[in-house]
Amino acid sequence: MSTIRTTDAIGEIRGRFGFWRRSYAMMAKEFIQLRRDRVSFAMIVAIPVMQLLLFGYAINTTPHHLPSAVLLQEDSDLARSVLKALENTAYFRFIYEVHDVDEFDNLLKSGKVLFGVEIPRGFERAVRRGDKPALLVAADATDPVAASSALGSLGMIVQTALAHDLYIGAPPAPPFEIRAHARYNPAAESRLNIVPGLVGTILTMTMLIFTALSVTREIERGTMESLLSMPIKPVEVMIGKIVPYILVGFIQAFLIVNIGVFLFGVPVLGNLFLLAALSTLFIAANLAIGYTFSTIAQNQLQAIQMSFMFFLPSILLSGFMFPFAGMPNWAQYVGECLPLTHYIRIVRAIMLKGASMPNLRFDALALAALMLVAMTIAVTRFRRTLD
Amino acid sequence: MSAGNDIAIDVKGLTKSFGGREVVHDLSMQVKRGSIYGFLGPNGSGKTTTIRILCGLLTPDSGEGTCLGYDILRDAEKIKRQVGYMTQRFSLYQDLSVRENLEFVARLYGLTDARGAARDMIKRLGLSGREDQLAGELSGGWKQRLALGACTLPNPKLLLLDEPTAGVDPKARRDFWNEIHALAAEGLTVLVSTHYMDEAERCHEIAYIAYGHLLTHGTVDEVIAKSALATYTVTGELNGLAAELAGRPGIDMVAPFGTSLHVSGRDLAALEASIAPWREKSGLHWQKSHPSLEDVFIELMGRSKDNFQ
Repeated sequence: MSTIRTTDAIGEIRGRFGFWRRSYAMMAKEFIQLRRDRVSFAMIVAIPVMQLLLFGYAINTTPHHLPSAVLLQEDSDLARSVLKALENTAYFRFIYEVHDVDEFDNLLKSGKVLFGVEIPRGFERAVRRGDKPALLVAADATDPVAASSALGSLGMIVQTALAHDLYIGAPPAPPFEIRAHARYNPAAESRLNIVPGLVGTILTMTMLIFTALSVTREIERGTMESLLSMPIKPVEVMIGKIVPYILVGFIQAFLIVNIGVFLFGVPVLGNLFLLAALSTLFIAANLAIGYTFSTIAQNQLQAIQMSFMFFLPSILLSGFMFPFAGMPNWAQYVGECLPLTHYIRIVRAIMLKGASMPNLRFDALALAALMLVAMTIAVTRFRRTLD
Repeated sequence: MSAGNDIAIDVKGLTKSFGGREVVHDLSMQVKRGSIYGFLGPNGSGKTTTIRILCGLLTPDSGEGTCLGYDILRDAEKIKRQVGYMTQRFSLYQDLSVRENLEFVARLYGLTDARGAARDMIKRLGLSGREDQLAGELSGGWKQRLALGACTLPNPKLLLLDEPTAGVDPKARRDFWNEIHALAAEGLTVLVSTHYMDEAERCHEIAYIAYGHLLTHGTVDEVIAKSALATYTVTGELNGLAAELAGRPGIDMVAPFGTSLHVSGRDLAALEASIAPWREKSGLHWQKSHPSLEDVFIELMGRSKDNFQ
């Protein structure tokens, strides 16, 4: 009797703790699998570290030392003092000095500078005569965040500039005025900035995933073995896998731009065909990068993880969420390697500034270069055998 | 091309390792054009690896040779154009229809009329009426027919079939072999790996490979003769006999075949000495016979295990 009762009791205990046993078995199995999956393991460390470093060091919502140009129509001591005073605010960094209005406009349009200061001919003489001439500071306000603090600092400039030069002590009335002109987005509406950026962000996300899975899927389903035994070259596989999605991406871009225009009232000031052509280039570049991940990843999960690791800096360092010019140099260099950075400049410039191809040559070439680099890596990485 | 034009596969000293484990060891073989060459051996013996080396999917660590006259190391692309490879696991697109799969293959090989070629193949395979069915929805036997159709579509000169009939019912298996013989009669060379003895006996020539070593090759009769295995077949009251005989000196193998028992050994004299006490027993009928191919292979497998493991 007693033995029967004992086994009964054990059975009861097993029954009661069965839930924990089975849960434990499942947990142990998951830990073993996680430990074997090196890429997932790396993600556990890389994602928080990357996020923290990017947010902590690279992102700055009151950016300083913004690239600026000066249209110098008069080289006088007073003009130099004004420029010096502007630089002393630490918001402006003059990297271009031009003497021609078209050149000045193009610098702003292409996004090479965020500010332009125009010192008109006869400025110093007009000041001495007491004519109260105006000094124009044109700001690229497509990104209102980047421009606002610098614009806010302008009020102080007149006093500081004059303190060193023209008068000693504060003058009764300022002898000239600074007229700020927020170009392209005068009302500082953030949707004008966000919507064009979203075109690029959404395309990056969807395009990467489409091709990132393409090769790993063939391997996981076993179809790669057949494919490799047939006479097809790596370049041909790549073209075949990328081109259909260019069409898909194009339809997506068309949708987003239309919604932006008709629902959010974002203008398209530039040429629509140019926008379409450069969008296609951007789509192809992203597809090529996704495809490259696909040739490197061992399985579909890794391919998704790689896409995610690429997507995160794309959002943070491209100038989509935070001002590009406000980032430290290293972050800007990283940003220059991301297609989204160039496309965001392109799409903002075409939609909001009415920029044309000559303004966008650098970014278009950068996109093409990034695409070719990705394709080259993909073709060389593509395993032609099962070794 | 010293081997002449009548040799389709001619390789010497193929060796391949994965992660320090040698899967194929110093393998040499010749396959005549127009013949059906059976590739036998236990699981994990290196059959698939050898086939993959032949069609350029794997690079051997050492060794050399030609496939259809092309160098297997340098001319993988040329070999691929003339070789049809049917993988062990179904490797066509499950989410494409029968017709779409065949048209895809036809286009990859650059056939001028891909649609027409696919249509003809559907007819030849007896898949008419199923051409728009997704490949993933086909039953095992039909999948296998489709896979064979896909690899013969570009009119290859050599077919490499890796366990093509695994998991297929006997009727489908027989149809499949009839098809293979018909293709060979048209001049196609076929290298086929299998576990089934009856299939081995349908081959013109066979090779047995175990633990990466090619142990024997030739026609079925040659392989049996070479084995030097002596076999007695016993019928009658067999209860417990197998257990009593197993392990006695000279008896290397005891295998039941239906109502009879095959007792085999490499040394005829020792074998006869060991079975002598039972030969006089009433109710047992002993007869000296030839070993079956299966006897030979199981004996080879047992022996190679001792040598290589």
